[in-house]
Amino acid sequence: MTSPLVLVVATVVLGAGTFAFRAAGPALRSRVTLSDRAEHLMATAAVVLLAALVATSALLEDGGFAGVARPAGVAVGGVLAWRKAPFVVVVLAAAATAAGLRLLGVP
Amino acid sequence: MRSIWRTLTSRLESGLLRDIALVCAADGLVGASFGAIAVGSGFPLWLPMLMSLVVFAGAAQFMFVGLIAAGGNPIAAVLAGLLVNARHLPFGFAVGDVFGRGLVRRAAGAHLMIDETVAFALAQRDADRRRAAFWACGIALFVCWNVGVVAGAFGGTVISDTDAFGLDAAFPAVLLALVLPSLKDRSTRLAAAVGVVVALVTSPWLPAGVPVLLALAGVLVALGAAPDGPRDPASTSRSRSEEAT
Repeated sequence: MTSPLVLVVATVVLGAGTFAFRAAGPALRSRVTLSDRAEHLMATAAVVLLAALVATSALLEDGGFAGVARPAGVAVGGVLAWRKAPFVVVVLAAAATAAGLRLLGVP
Repeated sequence: MRSIWRTLTSRLESGLLRDIALVCAADGLVGASFGAIAVGSGFPLWLPMLMSLVVFAGAAQFMFVGLIAAGGNPIAAVLAGLLVNARHLPFGFAVGDVFGRGLVRRAAGAHLMIDETVAFALAQRDADRRRAAFWACGIALFVCWNVGVVAGAFGGTVISDTDAFGLDAAFPAVLLALVLPSLKDRSTRLAAAVGVVVALVTSPWLPAGVPVLLALAGVLVALGAAPDGPRDPASTSRSRSEEAT
């Protein structure tokens, strides 16, 4: 196993780098005045990133297909959200669908 | 801070608090599994705890621990984790206005910026609610995640398989429910669709984190298309929270 010192340094470097990514956007943003159009594009960029996260985390695992249960659960949640079901219902239905399918032996 | 609390405790926001509590519960369970998996893979007890405090990003933490446990080089594991976390840079541009002034607030706000807090903030329709949702979700998730990790590290493998509870489906569903109202705007919907296709197609060949960044190519499409309706970002991209809740 890797030595404790290496683990601490690696963890701190990862933490510092992650913090730099997180702090850079707000720091740069506070220095410039953004037009409405630019604000809209920033918000769009965040929505695009979140949508891509939803799609990749719902469908893929280690670059391959994640199986049936997980995408089916997310799809059920998505349909419920689209039909304006409460957030709690959406999330619990997604989890219950995936867990239920796995109980039935669906991967 | 007092105004944030007032916004949250007003009758309108009890739904928001309930939604955040649900995500916290799920996050705590995943944190427990992270702690259990890290210790079960042979890491010292303190590693998952230190990591959850200073990195506070689930996907990167699982990747880091998994790579080193598999005999990978620590430098490679750090780089892989950083790639996964690079998306926080564009996130900061989008929600950086919610942190408020002052160094402490800005630093704390930056550290609490994760997928869920960004999604909860973007789903609110005005600046006050965005700020309240961001801080409430960020602080609550930070506490739940770290408490979960400590419990998992000490408690062992009781909840090492969160897939059995369908939690792997719950997290994409959380983000999807919060993002859905924003997709009413035609140009945003188009950008997201292009981004999703780019991310899915490039995923098999690229390291984790990069496909999601490449999805930003979708924003170029939105550059070409004019947003519909008024150009006020609050009314187009930041949609009403009630529809997500």
